[in-house]
Amino acid sequence: MKKYETVIGLEVHIELATKSKIFCSCSAEFGGEQNDHVCPACCGMPGMLPVTNKRVVDLGMTAGMMLNCEINRTTTFDKKNYYYPDLPCSYQTTQWFAPICVNGKVRIQTSKGEKDIRIKQIHMEEDAGKLVHDDWTDTSLVDYNRTSVPLIEIVSQPDFSSAEEVVAYLERLRSLLRFAKVSQCRMEQGSMRCDVNLSIREEGETKLGVRTEMKNMNSISAITRAIEYEVARHIDALENGTEELVQETRRWDDVKGKSYAMRSKETAGDYRYFPDPNVMPIVIDDEWFDSIKASLPEFPEVKKARFIDELGLSEYDADLITQSRAFCDCFEAAYKECGEAKEVANWLISDCMNMLNKKGSTMDQLKVDGTALGKLIKLVMESKVTRGNAKKILLVMDEETIDPEKYATENNFIVSNDTANIEKVIKEIVAADPKSVADYKGGKEKALMALFGKCMKTLKGNCDPQVLRKILLEEIDKA
Amino acid sequence: MKLYLTKSDCAMTNAVALDDMFLTKAMPTTAGSKMLDGYMSLFDAEVVTKLTEAGYEIAGKANVGEMAVDLLGETSYEGAVTDDNGTLLSASAEIAKEAKAVLCFDVNGAPRRAAAVSDLIFVKPTYGTVSRFGTVSSACSGETVGVMAKTVADAKAVLTAIAGHDDKDGTSLSDSQCEKILTTEKAVKKVAIAKSITASADDSVKADIEAAKKILSDNGVEVAEIDDEILTKAKAAWNILMSAELCNNVSRFDGVKYGYRSENYTTIEELYTNSRTEAFGELLKTMIIYGSDVLSTDNYMSFYDKAMRIRRVIAEKFAEIFAEYDAVMLPASSKKAFTKADTDANMYLAFDENLYTAPATITGLPAVVGGGVQLIGKAFSDSALMDAVKTIKEGK
Ligand SMILES: [Zn+2]
Repeated sequence: MKKYETVIGLEVHIELATKSKIFCSCSAEFGGEQNDHVCPACCGMPGMLPVTNKRVVDLGMTAGMMLNCEINRTTTFDKKNYYYPDLPCSYQTTQWFAPICVNGKVRIQTSKGEKDIRIKQIHMEEDAGKLVHDDWTDTSLVDYNRTSVPLIEIVSQPDFSSAEEVVAYLERLRSLLRFAKVSQCRMEQGSMRCDVNLSIREEGETKLGVRTEMKNMNSISAITRAIEYEVARHIDALENGTEELVQETRRWDDVKGKSYAMRSKETAGDYRYFPDPNVMPIVIDDEWFDSIKASLPEFPEVKKARFIDELGLSEYDADLITQSRAFCDCFEAAYKECGEAKEVANWLISDCMNMLNKKGSTMDQLKVDGTALGKLIKLVMESKVTRGNAKKILLVMDEETIDPEKYATENNFIVSNDTANIEKVIKEIVAADPKSVADYKGGKEKALMALFGKCMKTLKGNCDPQVLRKILLEEIDKA
Repeated sequence: MKLYLTKSDCAMTNAVALDDMFLTKAMPTTAGSKMLDGYMSLFDAEVVTKLTEAGYEIAGKANVGEMAVDLLGETSYEGAVTDDNGTLLSASAEIAKEAKAVLCFDVNGAPRRAAAVSDLIFVKPTYGTVSRFGTVSSACSGETVGVMAKTVADAKAVLTAIAGHDDKDGTSLSDSQCEKILTTEKAVKKVAIAKSITASADDSVKADIEAAKKILSDNGVEVAEIDDEILTKAKAAWNILMSAELCNNVSRFDGVKYGYRSENYTTIEELYTNSRTEAFGELLKTMIIYGSDVLSTDNYMSFYDKAMRIRRVIAEKFAEIFAEYDAVMLPASSKKAFTKADTDANMYLAFDENLYTAPATITGLPAVVGGGVQLIGKAFSDSALMDAVKTIKEGK
């Protein structure tokens, strides 16, 4: 059997994390009621002119810098023409002639070692809306909430030779762009989508084989399965002549585990690109360029090494925290406040993670302010608040901005040093429950726990457990 | 004959009408197209807001050719406006004879031609000094909001009310730049006559240029003829750029969201095709086909890109001329009247007449029509051009 190699290139669409859309002031938030985030501009009414959202250019430049690209100091927008009901103007504003970034590279790590994937270009553009089919009335409705939400498209060179490399690249992109707050890169919400261009050739052959494209893939596992399926299909066609390969766009059906050719009508077309006369060329001066450069975050692996070497975190802890920019920011601020790296890491990895898991939130959705977390940890370490009560305060900190000490005081979470009061409470409880006292004296350890729990509950947890235990045992002895 | 699409009161001294390319909340806006019959905008054009703020009354809407790209408005879905002899009348020009002024959207020179054949003033200001927000986009890289009036003073007063920066228009210039068009920094002292363009016009039009030359000379202005070979290329270049941009701008009118929708469809392709086929006029359809063609991958370099390069060359030629002269004088139209029979015989007449109007359109330079001539000046010299046209008009 002949040996084949796979050649894959990727086009990755990423929705930018801007508050508003690219050419109007509508919200770019995900979700909302259908057609809630629309205005005359983004639903294609006459009379509106595009006004470029500068933040889009900031993030486009940031992405380019994170991916080692050259930035085009003069960048322009062009119009791409095609008719589809989810495209209200019947053209998409994109970058064809002078994209914002060119010639980048991304280093990936696979089982075969390190490899650089070259980036051909990154361009900015607007997203399209969504067609919703109503089976009841057999009509199609259009939701324009996503129209004009800013995107970047990252076009790679055909440098991939396996699904493993593709996955490593996508995960690397996601990590870098989340870190730089360019995008949440949530494939399940469509904020990261991937077109896969694939061809097969005999090993040693320099000419590319027949290329097929699969559009809008939105899960890593589906991409892996689709690539494996396509490779097998191409080889089968070449080896056994099962079908004639043609250059085409195919749709991947992840449920059936098969790809299907799309009707040529859906794919054919001349997009008739031309420069958009309503959007002035964007000139990026040194000041703008430098301010973006200065705002770039430390790369995650650099942070991780620093957390281990300088702050003494374990490999595991450092790895987990550097999965998320929000966690890193919280960690660093909390550490700065309380000076206890290991303690902060514990809070993040156990308490914060649990809290987010319960909410079904991602690590990047952590809202706890790092400085406040550092203050809370200090309160616990100074025995001013019990750990149990501190956990309750943490939940509040993820919902609103509070000063932990002020909040603890106002809500009676400060550990009481009032031993007289503690003794009074214990005495009452011991006196009221002679049965438990007798049971404990008779050797039932559980009875002590019950008494302890009652006392703690009455004291609202604001008591050093060691102190409580000591006094409780004394009172039982006296009883 | 339908001059007005909507009319309130024009007799008031502060009444300004709009051609139907300007969106208004209070009146329908059609852009002269069946596609937008009865279309009500959710917002007012910026110039409408500015006029109202300056105390002007919006007197009504003037009939306009479909997407403002024809000769004199003859392609309006409401029909051409003519006099009893079949002479084409511009609705804007007829209304400008009553109202203080009419705002016109100059895309293909129609308001300048209208002013020329009706002996009115039309000021097409420097591109970017008046907001296009709330105009129905036609050919964006050249389209300009201008003012038609009986006198230079009225035109200038209304222009003063509408010029200025607008954040809602990405091509809008700064307030300090916009203000420049309202004051004469340097009077017109040296005028160049575009030789071959002028020579191609009718004798009666040439006579007007001769008369203006004499008046200017009498007023101490130096007048000389220049070689304008390159300027004649503006016509073909603008026909290409305009068709391409127009084709793109009207692609949003697809029958899906608003406007005309055919009753005769089963698939989305039929909805698009039949709605557009039934609602658009012949000239617009031809321009859509032509515009699509010049943007196609096969033709882009030899048509669209070449037209863009010609645009640059013409801008450079003007810069060279303005190093020596203060204004270029040429006719705004080949004739002093057009008939319905003329456009019936050749619906592309506007494309030919572009010889006179495209040089200023394609470069975004200010152009003022009046007294039988058109003067083009360098950017922001609008006020000086108006002064010179006033001199010519008064000298006649
Ligand atoms: Zn919007």
